[in-house]
This record gives sequence, C-alpha cells and structure tokens, in this order.
Amino acid sequence: MSGFPDAARLELVNPQLRSNLRNATDTIREKRARVVGELPDWEELREAGRGIKADVLARLDEYLEQFESAAQAAGAHVHWARDAAEANAIVVDVARRHGVTEVVKMKSLTTDEIHLNDALSAAGIFALETDFAELILQLDGDWPSHILVPAIHRNRTEIRDLFARTIATGPLTDDPHDLAEAARVYLREKFLDAKMGVSGANFGVAETGTVCIVESEGNGRMCTTLPPVLVSVLGIEKLVPTFADLEVFLQLLPRSSTGERMNPYTSLWTGVTPGDGPDEMHIVLLDAGRTRVLADEVGRVALHCIRCSACLNVCPVYTRTGGHAYGSVYPGPIGAILTPQLIGVENAPTLPYASTLCGACYEVCPVKIDIPGVLLHLRAKVVETEGRSAERATMRIAGRIFRSRRTFELGQRLARIGFPLARRLPGPLAAWTKTRDLKPVPRQSFRTWWRQR
Amino acid sequence: MKVALFVTCLGDTLFPEAAQATVHVLERLGHEVVFPEEQTCCGQMHLNSGYRDEAAVLAKRFLDVFADCDVVVSPSSSCVGTVRELYPELVGSTHPEVYELSELLVRKLNVTDVGATFPHKVTYHPTCHSLRVTRVGDAPLELLRNVHGLELVELPRADECCGFGGTFSVKNAETSTAMLADKCASVVASGAEVCTAVDGSCLMQIGGGLSRNHAGVRTLHLAEILAAT
Repeated sequence: MSGFPDAARLELVNPQLRSNLRNATDTIREKRARVVGELPDWEELREAGRGIKADVLARLDEYLEQFESAAQAAGAHVHWARDAAEANAIVVDVARRHGVTEVVKMKSLTTDEIHLNDALSAAGIFALETDFAELILQLDGDWPSHILVPAIHRNRTEIRDLFARTIATGPLTDDPHDLAEAARVYLREKFLDAKMGVSGANFGVAETGTVCIVESEGNGRMCTTLPPVLVSVLGIEKLVPTFADLEVFLQLLPRSSTGERMNPYTSLWTGVTPGDGPDEMHIVLLDAGRTRVLADEVGRVALHCIRCSACLNVCPVYTRTGGHAYGSVYPGPIGAILTPQLIGVENAPTLPYASTLCGACYEVCPVKIDIPGVLLHLRAKVVETEGRSAERATMRIAGRIFRSRRTFELGQRLARIGFPLARRLPGPLAAWTKTRDLKPVPRQSFRTWWRQR
Repeated sequence: MKVALFVTCLGDTLFPEAAQATVHVLERLGHEVVFPEEQTCCGQMHLNSGYRDEAAVLAKRFLDVFADCDVVVSPSSSCVGTVRELYPELVGSTHPEVYELSELLVRKLNVTDVGATFPHKVTYHPTCHSLRVTRVGDAPLELLRNVHGLELVELPRADECCGFGGTFSVKNAETSTAMLADKCASVVASGAEVCTAVDGSCLMQIGGGLSRNHAGVRTLHLAEILAAT
C-alpha cells in the first residue's frame, strides 16, 4: 500500500473530483443534520447504540455461538472463516457444488474487503454487482471511494458514456432516470436467471439467527430472494444480541447514512422457508483481523462501526482527497482507524496520520466511536513499530529541550538566530513554507518581555 | 483573583503578543497574573504525533510547575484541551482548573464586556479544539459582541478545520494546503478585515495562507482584540 500523503497528492490535483465530492458530501451532510435534529432523543440513541456494541464485543464468543445455533436451527449452514482466503474458498465451493458460473451480488464492503469477486473470477465464476454504483465501477474496472456512495467520484456524463459503451441497448441521455432504466433492464434478466446470490450483512441477530440488510435500491432484496442459493458473508462484529436491538440501529443507521428517516428496503431472513426465498442458505462468519482488533482494548471501538459513512461526509481530509487515497475499501476517518488495525499498523503506517484530529467524525458517529482517541493510540503504535527514524530523533531532541527551562530558553534564542526571516524552513519543514508564509520569530519572547516589564 | 499564565511553547516563542494581551486584559479587570517561569511545553506535539513517553514526561512536568496555582489560563485552546482532556488518560491526573482565556472570562469570571474598543470588521474562526475538545462554545463570540465598535461578520463553513493539525501540516502538506485554501476563501468571502481565533497555531496557518495569497485580511488572536482600547 502506498502512503496516504502520496496517494492524496494524486487525487488533490483533480479539481473535478474535489467539486464532485464537495457537492455530494454537502448534500448528504445537510440531510443528515436535518433528520438527526428532529429526534429529541438522538443522544440517548447514540448511547444505546454504543452500549449494545460494547456489550456485543465484550461477549462476542457467546453471541457468535448463539447466532450459529439459532441460524442452524432455522435451516442455514454456518461456516467460520479465519481469513479472506478461507471465506472466499467457502463461497467458491458452494458455487461449484451447484455448478454456478455467475452469481448476483448486492453491495457489500465485507466481500470487497476480502476480494471475493477476484477469487470467484479465478474459479471461473463471474460475480455481477447489482447495486447501481457498484455496477458502474465494475463495468469500468474502477473501485469504491465511499462507503455509502461508492461511485461518488464519478459524474453522470461519465456514466452515460460508460453505459453506452457497455450495457445500453439503444441511445442514452445523461438523465438519471434514463441511466437507472438502462441498468434496470440489464439487471432484471440477470436476476431472473441467477442461481446463486451473494450478500454481506448490516446486522446478524444472535437471538434468532436472523441476517439483516438495509438498502435503497431493492437490488439486495432481489439477490436475497430470487436465486435458490444464498450466501451471506458477515464480519463477526456485525452481531446484535436481540431482535429488539435492531430498533436502535434501524433508527441510527439511515439517519446517519443517507439522511433518511427510514431506508426504502429493510430485508430480514432467518434460515430457509419452503416456497419462500432461497432453498439453501449459507452464512460465512468472517474474522480476517477482527479478533486482533478486539484484543486491543482501546482500538476495539472501531468494531462498533455500522458503516453509515457520516464520518466521511464531515471529514475535511476525506472531502479533499476522496476515498481512493486511503488505499482500502474503508476510507475516511473510520478507515484510518480500522484498516491499520485489520492489516497491522506496520502495513498502513501513514493512515493514522491522515487526520488533523479535528474531531468532526466523533461528533457525528452514531455509535460514538472516539476516532481521534483511537488515532492517537494508533500513532503511538506506529512510533513503537517504526523504531529509529529522523522524526523520532527530532522528537527526542525536542522532548529534551522542553524538559528544562534552561534548554528551552536556549532553544528560543537559537530559533531567533536561526530563522530571522523564515522565508524557507529547512528539512521536512520546507513543506510548510512552500505554500504558507511564516512570520519571523519575534525578537523578544514572552518571557523576556515579562522579565523586563 | 490570582491567575497563573500558561503561555505555551509556541506562544512564548512565536506569538508573544497574544500572551501579553492576555496579561493586559486580566490586569485591566483587576486580576493578578503570575507567570511560573519554569514552564515550557504541555506535550501536545509529542502526544499528537505518537510519542507518548515524551509527552508523559512533559505532562508530569507541567503538573509540577503549576501545582501551586489555583487557576491557570492560556491563550491556546488546544493546549488547554490537552491538559484537561488528555492528561487523565496519559498520566492519570490533571490540573483541576485550567481555562482557555474566553472560558475563564465568560464562564468563571462572568465577564462579557472587557472594556475593549476595536472599530473593525472581524470574523471568528472556531478552531476544532476550542469547538470539540475544550468546548468553549459561544464564549469568544459573546466577548466579541461586546467589543465597542467591532462589527462581527459570519464566517462561511466556520466549523470546518483550517488544515493545520500540528505535524499534519507538514506530513500531509498538500491536503493541509487544500483545506487552507478553502478556509482562506471563506475568510475573504466574509468581508472581514480581521480573522480571529483562540489558537495561535491555527492563526499561524490561516495567517500564513492569507499572507501568501495577498488576501488583505489580517489574523489576530482574540486576546489582542480584547486588549485593544
């Protein structure tokens, strides 16, 4: 993974991207603020969401076994996957046993995280993305840049041209209705022919073994009800203890996510029911680094995340760089704390620094994840793992200087002599003066003034 | 009231005017200001960059230096935020009464009119730490509204970060600069002659951008406006 600063630099030179992002995130932010503002008990709801998630993580082993038993009792097959490879092998195996060469998929970050489509493709199975935005990205070989709005970085003219090249059966305008209709016509046939559906999940209910997804387009409902075989991949942190707990999250999620009071489609399925939906149902419980996150008492709050993306829309960094700069399916502030924990901070050492610690993310998080707090925690881990570096040496020296009044005052005098004009700072600090002026160091420090007054 | 000034390392070295103004305002209101000269840095830079051990040493040092002071004031909300909100987790304790200047004036001393006169058009940038960590709320605005002759104009997208973020401004200089460009555009759009805030470091960023763009808008710390007569 290339570092965030380098990846961000590539995105920042694209003014179209920045204005696309700005317009889209502004719209969602305003909608969110409006529907959150109308709930007098929003803070209590957030606290309830946080509390339920904390309880789930504290007793995850029990809830997982409870979920497994309940799902099995309802007729589902439950599989456990330690990592991406195991999860992918399970899905490939199910597809092979049914002789399937094409599966329909609903939008799922978890399956993107484990690169399921690539694994299926390697086994000769095509995974068709049926979410409108995911379809756009798939047709163009692109990848998601936002948790909720994966193609937020594309505009409709680009989409018209793409559809005209790929799926359209006739002439096409860039009117959103026309574009949606083109996708609908293309997908409808695919849904009707599909022998196997693949989904992620927003929630799994331990008490009942129920899987829950929320969505806007209805393609998920098609994927989970039309094909005779359904495979749902769940990160193990997606559980809630009881059916009643969904009440909290089904209020928190749509308001935080799309800025709607309620999402258009909420699908819940529990095992199999003869004559209704799939005849065969598989659930893959995925670890892929989650137990490692869980072991970190400070960092584990990242597993509270319900993937609403509110933190992306308010993040001053995300709204400038877009999602690709984060190099992961989880961009923005939540990605900056989740990705390094899932894959190890040594593999994503620049992500915890991709934030000004402004705290806007924490303020909107529906489950109260203290993202700035976890960023600080992870920065300390990065420093621990990196060992010797020029920065570490500088920080050591600075630490020494601040340890006594004498060295501090000496440092002040040196700063005054060293940077009387400060047109261009030395070393890495030159990045400051490249775009910003710096006032010269004043001839008199405060303490000198204080002594002389 | 006897108030100990925590000037901050950057404030002491780079923006002494804000600290001097803090002294003037408090003395004008009849308070005694003391300056414990052993003070250096609160450890914020180290803590925010991941150097917890160094930060802890500086935090303990800060608590020692200010141990005998009942009330501490600082013209930097982010340093106050570090001491008040992050020390408990870092070193297990903190100083019971550390305030950012506007908080001390409005909440602790119940003063909103400090007798200042500043006949200029001013816009206020609520810095992220003052807004979400130290939570000074409207205290700076209440003070500004009571400055004689001052015309307060609204800053578009006021609550958005200026892009400073300490070492972020260097480590992610391009992103920081993109954020700064938008902040500067907002400041210019406000029509203000002066942009003020309660953090010297954010003002250094905004001022650095405005100056580089020859925007014709100055930055001043809130304390400097409150000290003006």
